[in-house]
Amino acid sequence: MESLILYTGVFLTCIMLLSLYRAVVGPTGLDRIMGMNAIGSKTVVLIVVIGLVFGRLDMFVDIALSYAMLNFIAVLAASRYLHKKGYHTVPTPKGGSSHDH
Amino acid sequence: MIINAIVIILCLLGLLLFTGGTAGLLRLPDVYTRLHMAGKLDTLGTLSLLLGLGLYFWNSESHNILVLLKLLLLWGFVSFTSPTATHAMVDAGMRAGLNPWMKPDRKRRAS
Repeated sequence: MESLILYTGVFLTCIMLLSLYRAVVGPTGLDRIMGMNAIGSKTVVLIVVIGLVFGRLDMFVDIALSYAMLNFIAVLAASRYLHKKGYHTVPTPKGGSSHDH
Repeated sequence: MIINAIVIILCLLGLLLFTGGTAGLLRLPDVYTRLHMAGKLDTLGTLSLLLGLGLYFWNSESHNILVLLKLLLLWGFVSFTSPTATHAMVDAGMRAGLNPWMKPDRKRRAS
């Protein structure tokens, strides 16, 4: 059972590395926010796994709880900033409008 | 014995859901489709894995009722905040004027 918990943590780390690709090369800003949110929601589980591996879950569950709150607030603030900034429609010389991502 | 089987099933289910969410995150064509995939599958994967790990901790020798209550609090918190964060991201994208992806023939007909 201990090896199951350990390999769960290893697999979660590989999944987080794959999610990092979307956070780095995402075409729009919303892609980057979404990639960081996906990584953060996997980190909460990974911290609990690390606490079980080290046998100190009483300390690590507090860290996981505060990390979940921090991730939520960070996503809300980043999406609020994106909403305020907007994807401006710049008028082209031909009179139409194109989206500037 | 039966609790060990439940823990293994919940952990593997959570990892399978995380794998599906990451595959959708990498391969789908648009922000909104990726958010649809990541929001649902990450929420259910986190909840399933936390339930399995909490059951494993409760079954082990060093179980502590206060830590178990905190894990339950974390479970409820994630089940509230993960859909809320996904909705906040979709709402910010729509209000900022990011158009959703359409099939190429439908886009040609609309314009």
